[in-house]
Amino acid sequence: MQQTTGTTEDTFIQGVRDCIPTLLGYISIGVAFGVVGVASNLHIFEIFLLSVLVYAGSAQFIFCGLYVAGAPMSAIIVTVFIVNLRHFLMSLTIAPHFVRYSALRNIGFGTLLTDETFGVAVTKLATEKRLGGNWMDGLNSTAYIVWIVSCTVGGMLGAFLPDAQQFGLDFALIAMFAALLVLNMQALQKTKIMHYLQVVGIVCICMYGLMYIVPGHVAVLLSTFIGATIGVWRET
Amino acid sequence: MTTATMVGLIIGCMLVTWLPRILPFLFVRAITLPPILLRWLQYIPVCILSALVFDSVFEKRGNIVVIDWLHVIALVPTMLVAVKTRSLSLTVIVGVVTMALLRLLA
Repeated sequence: MQQTTGTTEDTFIQGVRDCIPTLLGYISIGVAFGVVGVASNLHIFEIFLLSVLVYAGSAQFIFCGLYVAGAPMSAIIVTVFIVNLRHFLMSLTIAPHFVRYSALRNIGFGTLLTDETFGVAVTKLATEKRLGGNWMDGLNSTAYIVWIVSCTVGGMLGAFLPDAQQFGLDFALIAMFAALLVLNMQALQKTKIMHYLQVVGIVCICMYGLMYIVPGHVAVLLSTFIGATIGVWRET
Repeated sequence: MTTATMVGLIIGCMLVTWLPRILPFLFVRAITLPPILLRWLQYIPVCILSALVFDSVFEKRGNIVVIDWLHVIALVPTMLVAVKTRSLSLTVIVGVVTMALLRLLA
């Protein structure tokens, strides 16, 4: 990720390497999830199963919250769906760059897509203009394995773990999103930067306003939608 | 003890998170996206990433949305390091250390 010039090879190992900066985020959130899962009366096997099958941080946390609150199954499934709907937009954004691969491999790319791997992939796309399948698999598999291990270890440590917040680890994820945002902005043509800054401003206003009426995860989805639409509309 | 209901619930959640992730990969193969949609999609990375950052900056407290100043302050050195170094790892480390120090002082 440090190299912003030239094209890196489409190898699995390069994907693994490019995943490394995101791992602190996965580990801290994964372990925190395991701890929360145990506190929400989930069995260690259920924590493992959630991380393997659902594989989505925010959705898994909300699952715990609703489950412990005794919400009906339908409510849990609908909420998890809405919380993760942003992945639809993420997949739609990067999918056109993988059409040269088989349908099966494309299912693989989509299955393991997360906020973080999406962020790393679009940043690479912004600087190198293309994405390779082996690289994507390396990035995705590394994140997936580390996530499963972190969640499960968190579940085993359970109540013995000190509060991760006091070490600032919860901020790893936000710092990463901020860094990916900066890297994406830096990859833009100079003439487009002002236009994009205005779009970011619109997203900011939308988030503030929408959070009065909808939960944060819905606000993220709607603000993205509005921001991108106004961005296209105001293009010159 | 993991019940069948629990396994069913987790599988339900799996389906609703998996389908939105894979469907775009399948249908972009079958249809060509219109140019206007492709232009729209170019804005998605910056919009989603900034929305995720603002999600941590704003916080709903009771009936009003307030600014989480601790996050705003921690974001300043984090963003500066990102701009200067263009390194994801270094930015994450600086962010975490800054947040830890701020919590220590606060």
